[in-house]
Amino acid sequence: MSETVIHAENLTKRFGDFVAANALTLEVYKGEIFGFLGANGAGKTTAMRMFCGLSIPTSGKATIAGYDVYRQTELIKKNIGYMSQKFSLYEDLTVLENIRFFGGIYGLSNAQLKSKSDELITQLGLQHEAKKLVSGLPLGWKQKLSFSVAVLHQPKIVFLDEPTGGVDPVTRRQFWDLIYDAADKGVTIFVTTHYMDEAEYCNRISIMVDGKIEALDSPGNLKKHFQVDSMHEVFYQLARGAKRGE
Amino acid sequence: MDSHPALVVNDLTKVYGKDKAVAVNKVSFTVDRGELFGLIGPDGAGKTSIFRMLTTLLLPDGGSASVDGHDIVKDYRLIRNTAGYMPGKFSLYTDLTVEENLNFFATVFNTTIEENYHLIKDIYIQLERFKDRRAGKLSGGMKQKLALCCALIHKPTVLFLDEPTTGVDPVSRKEFWEMLKRLKDQNITILVSTPYMDEATLCDRIALIQQGSLLSIDTPENIVKSYPDTLYAIRASKISSLLKVLSTNEAVASAYAFGEYVHVTFKHEGPHEKDILAFLHEQGLEDIEIKPTEPTIEDCFIKLLKK
Repeated sequence: MSETVIHAENLTKRFGDFVAANALTLEVYKGEIFGFLGANGAGKTTAMRMFCGLSIPTSGKATIAGYDVYRQTELIKKNIGYMSQKFSLYEDLTVLENIRFFGGIYGLSNAQLKSKSDELITQLGLQHEAKKLVSGLPLGWKQKLSFSVAVLHQPKIVFLDEPTGGVDPVTRRQFWDLIYDAADKGVTIFVTTHYMDEAEYCNRISIMVDGKIEALDSPGNLKKHFQVDSMHEVFYQLARGAKRGE
Repeated sequence: MDSHPALVVNDLTKVYGKDKAVAVNKVSFTVDRGELFGLIGPDGAGKTSIFRMLTTLLLPDGGSASVDGHDIVKDYRLIRNTAGYMPGKFSLYTDLTVEENLNFFATVFNTTIEENYHLIKDIYIQLERFKDRRAGKLSGGMKQKLALCCALIHKPTVLFLDEPTTGVDPVSRKEFWEMLKRLKDQNITILVSTPYMDEATLCDRIALIQQGSLLSIDTPENIVKSYPDTLYAIRASKISSLLKVLSTNEAVASAYAFGEYVHVTFKHEGPHEKDILAFLHEQGLEDIEIKPTEPTIEDCFIKLLKK
C-alpha cells in the first residue's frame, strides 16, 4: 500500500477515571477516504482532536502527516485541513474575503491567493456570489465552500466532522463529488458521518464503541464478516451493545 | 372538539427581512388526531418556521392555521397550554439538574411529575440515574431524552418535535422512533421534522418540503408507489468511475450514488441490463451487477428536486 499519513498506536485519552479514547490503533493511507464512525459519545471527537493536534494524548503514539501528536502540534495544524459540522466561515465576509482570509492564515502568498481563489470560485460555480456575503448562501453551498477552503492550502489530510448533516440529498451527493476529486488528487479524507449510505462511499471505515475501535475494514469486508447486507446493520450490531449513555 | 383534525394549516406563509425572503410559501396540510406526521426536508427548507408559527412563537405573514381547533393567532394562549414543543436547538436550563428541569416544566403548566409520569416513564427510566446531573453536562442522546420528557410532562394533545434526531447516531435514532410509536399509541398527535429520509417511512403520512414549498403529501407507501420510472441499482468495483462513465451514456436519464450502488433511470423503457452491461465492460469496469430496484423516499425526493 502507499504512504501512511496517519499512524496511531494505542493512542489513549483519559479525563480523570474516564477513558474517552482507549488504545486506538490505525493506519490511514495517502489518497484514501477513511470513514470514522461511532455512536454519539463513543469517543470520535476526542480522537479527532488528538489527530488534529488540539488535544495531547494521555498515552500511546501517533504521527499525523509525519508529525508527532505530542511535540509537533503546530506543524500538524499547518499540514491538515479541518471542517467542523458547525459552519465556521465568517458570515459577515464575502465568499472571496473568506477564501483570502483563510488562505492568508495558512501562509499562501498574494499571488497564490489570487490564482487559488479564482480557480476555486470557478470550480464551485460561484462567480456571481464571489462578492456577496456568505450569510446569504444556502446551506449546501456553504458546506461546499467550507470544504474548498479547508483544502485550499493543499493539506495532506483533511478532517471532516459530519460535513453533510441536514444537507438535502442532491447537494449531499455533490459534496461527495468534491470529496472524490480531492482524494483523486492525493488528499487523504478522514470523515465522520451518521449517514450509513455515505459509509459505503469510503475506502475503509472504522467503528468506535465505548472508546475503542471495534471494527476496521472496507465496507464490503465488514458486511461479509458480519454476514449482513448493509452498513446500517453492521453499525447496529456493533453499536447496540454500547454501554456508555450516548 | 373531537370533530376537528388536530392540525389544519391553510396557505401558511412566512416572509423574512427587508428583501422579503419567502421562508414558507403557502403551505397547506392537515393532521388527524393521533397521527404521526412527518415534515421531511433539508436545512433551510422552512420546517422550523412552520413549527414556530404553529406553536404561536412566530406570527404568519399570510394564511391561517389551527391547533386542536384553536387559531394560532387569536387563541395563542389556549395553544400554549395544550401543545408540547421540542425545539431543534437544546433549550432546557443547563444549570438545572435533570430532575429540576422536569419539575420546572411540570410546575409552569400547573401539574406535577407524578400526575403524568406514565407518559414519560419509558424514557425517564433511562435518565433516572443522572437525575442529579446538570442538564448542560448530559450527552447529546440524554439531552434529547430529557427535552422530550419536558415537552410531554403536561400531557399535551399535540406534540411538536423539530428535528429531534439531527446529529444523532443511527442506533439512538431508532430508539427515539420506537419511543414516538409508543406515544402515538397513547393518542398523542405528533408533528415531527427530520432531514433523514429513511425516517420518513416510520410516519403515518409525510410532507416533503424544499425551499418553503411542499412537494408532495401522502403516506410513505403512496409516495414511493407514485415514482414514475423504473429504477435500476448498478454496482461495480469502483463507484466513482462507475458514476463518471454512466453520466456519459446517452440512454441514461439520471445516475447518482446510493450506498454501495448507483441508482439509475433511463430515458426510455427497458430492458436495459444487456446494453448497460456491455457498455460498462467496454469502459473497463469490473465486477458489475445490475438489477431493477424499489425506489425509496430519498429517490422520490431527488426526483422531485430535479423537476
